[in-house]
Parts: sequence; C-alpha cells; structure tokens
Amino acid sequence: MSKYTEDDLREELKTKEYQYGFYTDIASDTFPIGLNEEVVRAISLKKEEPEWMTEWRLEAFRAWEKMTEPEWANVHYAKPDFQAISYYSAPNSKPKYNSLDEVDPELLATFTKLGISLDEQKALSGVAMDVVVDSVSVATTFKKALGEKGIIFCSISEALREHPDLVKKYIGTVVPQKDNFYAALNSAVFSDGSFCYIPKGVRCPMELSTYFRINQGGTGQFERTLVIADEGSYVSYLEGCTAPSRDENQLHAAVVELIALDDAEIKYSTVQNWFPGNAEGKGGVYNFVTKRGLCEKNAKISWTQVETGSAVTWKYPSCVLKGDNSVGEFYSIAVTNNYQQADTGTKMIHLGKNTKSTIISKGISAGKSQNSYRGLVKISPNADNARNFSQCDSLLMGNDCGAHTFPYIEAKNKSAKIEHEATTSKIGEDQIFYCNQRGIDTEKAIALIVNGFSKEVLNKLPMEFAVEAQKLLEISLEGSVG
Amino acid sequence: MLKIENLHASIDDKAILRGINLEVKAGEVHAIMGPNGSGKSTLASVIAGKEDYEVTQGHIVFNNENIDELAAEERAHKGIFLSFQYPVEIPGVSVTNFMKTAINETRKAKGLEEMPAKDMLKLIREKSELLEIDRKFLSRSLNEGFSGGEKKRNEIFQMAMLEPQLAILDETDSGLDIDALRIVANGVNKLKNKDNAVIVITHYQRLLDYIVPDFVHVLHNGRIVKSGPKELAHELEEKGYDWIKDEVEA
Ligand SMILES: Nc1ncnc2c1ncn2[C@@H]1O[C@H](COP(=O)(O)OP(=O)(O)O)[C@@H](O)[C@H]1O
Ligand SMILES: [Mg+2]
Repeated sequence: MSKYTEDDLREELKTKEYQYGFYTDIASDTFPIGLNEEVVRAISLKKEEPEWMTEWRLEAFRAWEKMTEPEWANVHYAKPDFQAISYYSAPNSKPKYNSLDEVDPELLATFTKLGISLDEQKALSGVAMDVVVDSVSVATTFKKALGEKGIIFCSISEALREHPDLVKKYIGTVVPQKDNFYAALNSAVFSDGSFCYIPKGVRCPMELSTYFRINQGGTGQFERTLVIADEGSYVSYLEGCTAPSRDENQLHAAVVELIALDDAEIKYSTVQNWFPGNAEGKGGVYNFVTKRGLCEKNAKISWTQVETGSAVTWKYPSCVLKGDNSVGEFYSIAVTNNYQQADTGTKMIHLGKNTKSTIISKGISAGKSQNSYRGLVKISPNADNARNFSQCDSLLMGNDCGAHTFPYIEAKNKSAKIEHEATTSKIGEDQIFYCNQRGIDTEKAIALIVNGFSKEVLNKLPMEFAVEAQKLLEISLEGSVG
Repeated sequence: MLKIENLHASIDDKAILRGINLEVKAGEVHAIMGPNGSGKSTLASVIAGKEDYEVTQGHIVFNNENIDELAAEERAHKGIFLSFQYPVEIPGVSVTNFMKTAINETRKAKGLEEMPAKDMLKLIREKSELLEIDRKFLSRSLNEGFSGGEKKRNEIFQMAMLEPQLAILDETDSGLDIDALRIVANGVNKLKNKDNAVIVITHYQRLLDYIVPDFVHVLHNGRIVKSGPKELAHELEEKGYDWIKDEVEA
C-alpha cells in the first residue's frame, strides 16, 4: 500500500497552481496560496461584508494561529499544509465541461445507477446547462412559496447582505470561533454556505434542500451553514446529495450551526458522498466537520446522516440540550471501504432538566478501512432526570477492516439514566449462501444485509432521500466481497 | 431431472461424500435417511452449490445440463431449492422484502420484468394461507427470534413462493409439533406435481407418513448404502441404523 503523502499533496497543489496561474491582485478570481490576516480581510472585502464580520473573521484567524491540529481521532493522514491552499475562489461561473461526453464515464455510470436524470447529471458534474430553465423555475416557485410564510432560505453571503442582524445575532453562538482547530479555520475563511430562518410558529411546508441551490455555484471547501428555527417552528433540512462529489479541494472543513428556540424542531439530514479516493486510497477528500445544535425549552433537534464518502472523515454532530424537556437525536450510518477512515459520532450535552437524547449509530466497514464511533454523553449537575439511550452497531465485511467504539459518559447528576448497547457482527458466509440459494447474487445479498442492518437509521430519512441513500449504500460497497 | 454420478466432496481436505449416485425423476419423492454426520446436509449443500465444499470427483446433472460450474444463485434460478436445516437470521430484512428480492432476482436472471406489486401481494396472500401463516409474521425480520418451528414453516413458505422444480427439504420436520408438521406436509403435497420433485432428508418416519416417498435411501459415511421402497423407512424406524452399518461393514 502506498500512502497518500504530503509530497503527493504538494505535487497536486503544484499542478493546481499551474492550472490557475499565479495571481497577486485582489481583483482576480482566485487568491494566491497562503493564509494571513490580509487574506482574511480580502475574503471579507470580496464578499462585501459588514465591518463586524471582518473583525469576527479576524478574531477567529488569530485564535486559529495559536491552535494545533487535533491528534486524538483514530485516523491517520498526511497533515495538510495550510499555507499551500488558496482560500478564495470566485463562484465558478464557467462550466467545467462543454458536454457530458467530456465527463469521466465512471462518474456518469454511477449517476445512472443512482437514477439521476440527464439534466441533473449535467448540473452535478459541472456541464454547461442549457436546460437549466427547469431547475431555475423550480427553485423560483420554491422560493416564492417559502417567502409567503416568511421563511428565509438563501446563501449565507446573501443573508449577510440582506439580513445582517439575524446573522450577527446567531452566528458563532453554537460553534464559537475558537471551538476547535477546523471550526476556527472555517470561521476565518468560510467561502459560502446556507442560511435558513423559520419564523415563529411556522411549519416549513417542504423539505429544504441545498440541492435547490446547486446551480448557484459550488460552495467551496469551507462551507458555513446556519439554521434558526424560531419559537414553535419546524423545519426539515436536507444537506448534500447522493451523487458522488468530486472536488479539486482535498480539505473540507465545514461548520453547521442549528438553533432551535423554545418548542421548535429541526430535522437535519445529510447524505455525504465526497470522493473517497481510489481503490488504493489516493486522492480522496479530507472532511473535518463541526456540526452542533442548540435546543432551548421543549425544542428538538435530530441529526440523521449517511456517510459514505471522503478518505478521512472527522465529524460529530452534537446537541446542546440547554432548555428543559429538550430532545436530541443522532442517527447515523457510516460506511467505509478500501482505505477510508472515519471517526464519527456525537456529543449530547444535557444541561436542562428532563432532557432526553437518543443515539443510534451504524458503522459498516469493508476493505481495509477503519470505522470508529466516538460519542460523549454529558449530564451536567443541574440536568435532573436526564435520559440517554445509545446503541452502536458495527458490521464488518472481511478480515482486513476495523470497527472501534469509544463511548464516553460524564454524568454529574445522580438522577441520570443512561443506557448503552453495542454489537459487532460480521456478514457471514452462511447468510450469503442462504441468499444465493434463493437466487440472490452475492452483491445483492450484501446490499440486502447492509440495508437490513441500517434500517433503523434509513427509516429516519425523508422518503425520497432514503431511497437514494439505500442505492448509495449498495454502490459504496460494490466489489467489497468476493 | 437430477442425476448425481459418483460424487465425491470434501472440506479442508476431509472427504465427506465418497461416491454418491442418485437419480431423481420428475414427479418423484425421494427420502434420504441416515445417522448424524453421515453427510446428508453436505449432499444437500453440494447440490445447491455451496462453494466451501470441494467437489473432487463426479458430476451433478440437472435437466440434462452439467451444473458443476454453476454458482449457487444460478442453480437457484434453474429451479433448485434448499429448505435449510438451520435457516440463518438476517436482521432488519423482512420476510416479505426477502421474498420480493428473491423472486425479482430470479425473474431478472430469466430476462423477465419485476413482478408487479399487485401480483406479488396476491402471491404472498395465497401462499401464506396455504401454510397458515399469520401475515404479521411476514413483516418480521427474517428468522430473527423465530422459534424452530417458525423457521421451518417459513422455509416451506419460501419454497411455495418460488415454486422450484427440485426441492430439498433438510430435516424440515425437526422442531415442528404435530400440527405444524401436518400443515407443512400438506403444503408440500399441494405443491407437488408431475413436473417437480422432492428430496426429503429426515431421521424419522413421522414426516414420511405425510409426504410419502417413492424411494428411500440410506446414507452412511458419505455413501448411499441401501435404497428401497417406502417400507425401508419403517424398518429403519423400528431397527435403527445399526443393522445397516453391520450389513455394510460385514
Ligand atoms: N463446514 C464443515 N467443516 C468441517 N467439517 C464439516 C463441515 N460440514 C460438515 N462437516 C462434517 O461432515 C460430516 C457430515 O456432516 P453433515 O453433512 O452435516 O451430516 P448430517 O447432515 O448427515 O448429519 C460430519 O462429520 C461433519 O462434522
Ligand atoms: Mg444435517
């Protein structure tokens, strides 16, 4: 096995520099590589942000400079050289390709398997769209319906221009700039992302999906999402899409903040399918994500995620259960194959009384991959009658992969009830033969067994997303046995 | 329909089947009896195409086609069905979903469209009635937490759904109480016709009172050491296997 090393990364960046050429003036579309205060200021200026935002970014940058990259996760990779990255690239208005014929046929085959329409295929692979009209009109109708209810759903840059007070009030309140190394980096240099606000008492009439924003250009490697559900409101938010995302950027460090005010509910579903690297583990995306939600009184936040991509994943969607009677849920399927490494899990921080959390984690490892669950359940002294139920199941395929579970519990209140269950199983030859005997080939048998294993989580996804996710699981594990 | 010629099979270099000859014609019922460890389940698995076993000599011919090189699922598509002695559990996969997948994969292999949902439901209703299976049972995870009897009845339900040409029932009677045994045997008999065949593997005469065999074979040490009409089963029930062992070794 040959590891993807820093040298490879450097080599890749070299070709990238070549590709974009060296630009030194701020007016250009892509900044030179490297990160310093000037670059942070320039990003903010480029985006025409208010002064306070520039300062906010600088604060984050100064904190980041003093931080070191965390080492505790059970993943091994060549550390990125943060000075070798360009931190701003204008939204890509030029199509990458002129027609589908120029796109990697392997990628197109996968699209077809996923049942993605030709138009969508074009949009997703960055082909010039002449038939974009359809999705634009869909997006427009969609925006109108939302507008009537007072719902704001736009890019975070737009929100900074149109609704600066809302952004100012909430950004960084759940994930502070200095929260961790990657969050600090993101806060300093985030390029774009989504903003969503649901007014008091409003039930968002449709699933909000970043998918609708796809033709607004790539959101880049440092994405920032802020979702605010005002008192008594409800929203279901879908992030990502099942189509494989190939990106020139190796490092992705996103931040997602959710705020559920009193009696509000946020359902946040993610399907992540970043390029995992080739079969030898080369060239995949590093995905370091900070996702956290804050629940006020009687509020509820559910994270549901299906993770199949990335070479290295570091991700712990968490809930801060601040208000009394608030509820946090985490449902996750993480698939690793070949040389992928995932260290994912959740943190449930119980602060309020009668707070409740549920964690269902399903890890599937194949090939030579390593899949770790890392969870923290923390019950603070004032959180009377807090309850948690955690279940972590691992499914192994073959003998060369690994599954690891690291549950941490910190209970500072005696009335807490915490239950933890964990299982590890292996897809057995006998199970496969049983399926074969019924006419189901091995590939399909594995898909069936994996789907069965993941069912509790798949069931939590919105219907259409679930069907796609199911197909995605099949594709991710293709060729992993036999 | 099925013709087994001088079949030798081994696992980890240990010979288990040591020269089996057997011919099963359409419309026939064959019983295979024999002491524990004589190789009955191994024979069933080898016919079904389990790859753990290495076939060292001999051939299996099904409908005039040599199937030695066919994968288990291909043999299934051709109409070979095995009711397992120990059915495995597949958590999270309902009986219905499993059957739907099995039927549609088989259809796909034959170049047919997926079975329309309406027809599938009708088929499920019909076959679950035949085996007196509560429909709620069909939404449970396959074999997970099933009692021994439920597992066996579910195997026969699957057989009824797939309508194989050749069904091999490996100790389907063990774990069944007398009522369940009657229901299962009844089901098998109703599905029986002149174009298909059944191989019943059992220790006991009991099942053979319901599913009446045309031939009875005794397997011992990986060989068929005695074959005869259905009366042979009665004799075995009365006298046990020792006299056969003695006869063979004599
Ligand atoms: N997977 C296996 N590995 C090793 N030995 C096996 C395996 N399967 C069967 N055997 C051996 O083969 C012999 C026949 O087993 P089996 O076919 O299950 O017998 P029966 O069904 O007649 O009781 C036994 O001695 C058993 O221990
Ligand atoms: Mg047996």
